[in-house]
Parts: sequence; C-alpha cells; structure tokens
Amino acid sequence: MNDAPIYLDNNATTACDPAVVSAMLPFFTEQFGNPSSMHTFGNKVGFALKEARAKVQALLGAEHDSEIVFTSCGTESDSTAILSALRAQPERNQIITTAVEHPAILTLCEYLEKEGYVVTRLGVDKRGRLDMDEYRSALGPRTAIVSAMWANNETGTLFPVEQMAEMAHAAGAQFHTDAVQAVGKIAIDLKKTKIDMLSLSGHKLHAPKGVGVLYLKRGTRYRPLLRGGHQERSRRAGTENTASIVGLGVACEQALQHMAFENTEVKRLRDKLEAGILAAVPRCFPTGDVTNRLPNTSNIAFEFIEGEAILLLLNKAGIAASSGSACTSGSLEPSHVMREMGIPYTAAHGTTRFSLSRYNTEAEIDRVIAAVPAIIAQLRKLSPYWGDKGPAENPEASFAPAYA
Amino acid sequence: MWDYSEKVREHFFNPRNAGLLDGANGIGDVGSIKCGDALRLMLKVDPDSEKIVDASFQTFGCGSAIASSSALTELIKGMTLDEALKVSNQDIADYLDGLPPEKMHCSVMGREALQAAVANYRGEVWKDDHEEGALICKCFAVDAVLIEEVVRANSLTTVEQVAHFTKAGGGCASCHEGIEEILAKVSKEACTAPTAATKPLPPATPAAAPKLTNFQRIRKIEETVEAIRPMLQRDHGDIEIVEIDGKNIYVNLKGACVGCMMEAATLNGIQTKLVEALGEFVRLLPAAMLGKAH
Repeated sequence: MNDAPIYLDNNATTACDPAVVSAMLPFFTEQFGNPSSMHTFGNKVGFALKEARAKVQALLGAEHDSEIVFTSCGTESDSTAILSALRAQPERNQIITTAVEHPAILTLCEYLEKEGYVVTRLGVDKRGRLDMDEYRSALGPRTAIVSAMWANNETGTLFPVEQMAEMAHAAGAQFHTDAVQAVGKIAIDLKKTKIDMLSLSGHKLHAPKGVGVLYLKRGTRYRPLLRGGHQERSRRAGTENTASIVGLGVACEQALQHMAFENTEVKRLRDKLEAGILAAVPRCFPTGDVTNRLPNTSNIAFEFIEGEAILLLLNKAGIAASSGSACTSGSLEPSHVMREMGIPYTAAHGTTRFSLSRYNTEAEIDRVIAAVPAIIAQLRKLSPYWGDKGPAENPEASFAPAYA
Repeated sequence: MWDYSEKVREHFFNPRNAGLLDGANGIGDVGSIKCGDALRLMLKVDPDSEKIVDASFQTFGCGSAIASSSALTELIKGMTLDEALKVSNQDIADYLDGLPPEKMHCSVMGREALQAAVANYRGEVWKDDHEEGALICKCFAVDAVLIEEVVRANSLTTVEQVAHFTKAGGGCASCHEGIEEILAKVSKEACTAPTAATKPLPPATPAAAPKLTNFQRIRKIEETVEAIRPMLQRDHGDIEIVEIDGKNIYVNLKGACVGCMMEAATLNGIQTKLVEALGEFVRLLPAAMLGKAH
C-alpha cells in the first residue's frame, strides 16, 4: 500500500513548482546583479523582472504592467493598501471591511481603531455571505477605503468584490481586495473592474514564500509604506527580491495555463472528497457558501470532536490538513470565521479544511475518503458528547460541564 | 505544529482509561467551551477506604487535553481522595514530560475535573473560580486576566513591575506591547482626575456673571485649581499655575500626570471647572506652549 504523505493544505501554502525553482536558481548565482545597476550584471536582471511583471499582469488582467508593485508578502500588500488610502485621503477616516477577513487586515484595523479611525466590519450570514444592503448603508462621505477579501481562506467562499468596488467608487472611496486565496484559482480580469488595489502572495500559487504583489490601478491616489530608493517606481523602496520575483512570474504563467484544469479537474476531486466524507461520516456538514466558493477548498465541521486531535490523527495517517479549532492557533477562541457564521462551538472546534492543488491525484483522494471515517469514530469514542452508537440524546444537555 | 513530548504523543495516540466507567460514583464535568476543551472524569471510589479503585475519562479537546486526561487517570488510580486532591496541574504536566505554555490550561482542566468529581462523590457542589484570559507571555505562560488582577491589586504602573510580580514579560520581551495595553487600561479606569463631561455643558453665559477684578479673577483661578489638586495627588500627580495671560492659563502637570495617557482629558476637565467658576471662557494650556499660543 502506498503511504506517501498527502498534502491537502494548499490554502496554507503550496509546494514550489519545479519549473519555478529552476527559473529561480540562476538568480542566486551568475545572475546576482542589482537591477538598478547600469552594467550588464544588473541589466539582465532588470529585464528578467520586466518579464516577470508582464506575467503577473497577464494573470491579473491588469491594463498596465506598471500597476504591478512587487512586495515581500500578502500582509505587506494589505498594510500598504490600507495605510496608503488613509494617508492619501486625510479628510476620510472610515475603513469598511468584513468580520471574516484574514488577520493581516483585521489586526491592522483593530490597531487603526485605537488610533482613532472608524472601522466598520460587515457581518456574514450562516453560509458566510455578506448583506449588500448593510454594505450600502455603511458607505459614506467619510469612507476612505473598503477592504474585502476575494475568497475566504477557511471556507473558500467568494465575495462579490467587483460589485462592491463599483459601490465603493460611487461613494468616492477606494476599494482593496485581499485576493491571496483567489489569484491563480479563479479567472481575474482587473482592467474590467473598479478594484483599485489587490494583494496577492506568491507562496499560495506555487511560487516561493517571501514575495507578494500589490496591484495598484493607474490613477489611484497612493502613499508608499516604504520610502527610500526608486525601486518599483518609488512606490515600494528596497532592493528587489529578484530570484523570488522571477519565480513568481513563472508561477503566474503556470497558473494561467492551469486555470481551466483548476476549475474542472481539481474541483471534481474536491467535490468527490467532500461527498465521500459526508456520505461516510455521520453528524458532519460543509461550511461556507458551497455553491459559490473556490474550486479547491472544502471545509467540513465534524461535530463533538476537536480539530487539533483530528489533525494529529490525520497526520499520523500521512494526511496534511488544517483546522479552525482554538488549539491549533494557540489562541483561546475557535476560528472567527466559524463564529461569525454562527457555527456552534461544538462544531466550530471540529472544523477541518481540506485544500487541494493541481498536484493532488485521484488515488490520494480515495485514500483520504477511506481514512477519515475511522479517525472521526476513534475521537468520538473519547467524546463526552457521544454515546455508544451516536451522539448522546440532546448532547448539549446530557453533558453540560461547569464552564470556566 | 506543537512541540509535544514523546509522552504526550503516546498518551494521545493510546489514551489510558478512556470511555465510560461502570459503577462510577464520583463524576466531574468541567470545561471551557470557548477554548474547545471539556472533560468528564469518572471515579469509582471504595466508600470504606476512600480509595480510587478505578478512573476513566471522556474528553472533547485537543491532543494535549486528551493526553492530560489520560495522565490524570493514571496518576490518581490507587490514591485516596485526599491524596488525589494534592495532585497539582504541574504534576500532570510533569508526568507528561512537560506541556507547551499555550497548553498548560489543559492540565488545569484535569485538576478542576478531579476537584469536581471528588465534590460530586462527597455530595458537595464544586464551584469554578478560575477565569482564563488570552495568553500574553509565552515564555512563562501568563494570561491577560492574571496580569490585570495583579496590576489592579498592586497598583503597578510599569512593565518591569509586572515582570517582577508575575514574571510576564521577563523573558523574550516580545509581549511588552500587550502588557503596556493592560497597564494603560487599568490606569485609565483608576484615574480619578476630573475629565471633560460626557454631556455637552450648557453654553457659558459670561455676560450674566458679575465682572471680576483682575485680582479676584486670579484668586478664583487659584482656588479652583487648589480644589482639584488633591484628586491629582491621589494619583501621584500634581499641577501648578505658571502664567495667566488673558484667556490663556498656562500650567505645569507634575508627577504621574506627566505623559499620562489621560493628560489631555485631565486638562480638559480642569478647564471646564475654570470656565464654570469664572463664568467666562478660558483656555488651559501646558506651560510649554507659553508664548506660542495666540
């Protein structure tokens, strides 16, 4: 029996594509030049960056290559976008975002709130969807920026960012989207949208860690986060991470080539995995908006057991996934995304995310479908909410511990 | 991935004494649903010797919660109830060759379940008095609730003092921002200096007030500030008047008031009192502004 490890945690990070690695290697050795230099050493690297920029531009459907600003990661792009909007429009002091954003947005907003900015967090319904009327009424003459993720990292749920960008513009506000999960998985054509800024992260689409992009639509009022050299047309100072940028270019090229595959074959495997688990395991359900989500993500809540325990047993079986439980994050609270959707604590702690990539195979998915039911059953046997054959009659009442 | 000891992993993968216990006569149910852990501890106690003949558990929780439960049942089997009650959460952690700081609460839960089960056997009601907050200091596993309690009880004002009293912040120092936030929060609550009224005051009607002579006016300002000083002194602060120049009154804040995050609010509050007392609008400004304001 084949027991090679199965990687189903591609929303956390992805393996570097071999073509990406081989394209990068020369830039650690003979192509070491600084792209700002006048001599041949630098010049060649400068051309390589230009090529990479064009490839990112193609994947995003950006109108101009100068709209692509290379950064160090998705988080830097997010911070740059929001801080820029506030500094460029000092007469506006409100940020609108959603309650289910990545910490890269939420933690920054919390901090800005302490500094006196007004932060409006849009809630979601039990399937993770926004209420456009609530959004419309939150927009106002003091709104500096709206930041909404294109796809949720935990459930894959897609937000209508194109429509939201139109609405933000109507109110005179800038629109930013954290698209680190969406880029490379769904088709994007930014020139047809009103989106002003977009963040992407290399390592989510088979490029290395430590490189990201801020898309900045031409004409958007902008203030850099890092000032210094004239790199990236002075919009992001600091010598370029040349090898990683070249790698990101190749990864974007590959993502564009595999876009159809991602939305047919990867989606088929994801659906097979989800259907297989739901059929074999009692008392579990998929979370998020299952009819409108990324093709690679399935987030399943297993009731009455805890996620970290599930991950440890999955890991022992050679399967890598992730969880929204409190214990996996080191915080005391389960995933804010699950709480916002109103998932009960006994289920939120057992949410397990399987996120696929184009490298997963049918045989792997079959192995996971075969392994999961026994793991869930084993943990439920230990659970005080679970009886001999199924959940205890009225589980919350039969086990009601003295809570701290 | 957590850095679990071999023993923790072993007890998680092969938990001892898991499942329901027939003939259990002491049951303790405890948990913290928010942090995702809940535990039912079942004891079979021999009524004559008060010895724990058998013990088992059911746990809704992470790897270390399950391992801690398993370790607890192994530790207490064969003990008398009084001996078992002496088992501390550190004993449980030690039995497992240690737990990561974020996971120490798992062993606390084991100990609480034990107390609850013994109380249940003895027909008593066990009350949980343990409150847990977000982990601030990872080096020494100190949470926000504990730091806040200690800061309040001992009127602490600096990160160094907090480290001295709780150890929090005494290691890698990366949690100092979090500690400073707690200090600021407590200090804000404890501050008794007058602050600007939350409701807008009725507009001052200077015309109605009797016109004061220059000397009377200065005396009035002095009296008003004197009346406020004891409040500031209680917080180890103080204030002195430096100059009175028309509508502008320049003061020095002293002691704890200097650099206090409530400084602006304190000045505002005193200004309001002065406006009331004088029946005219005045501005209270730090002496550093002397000669700069118009």
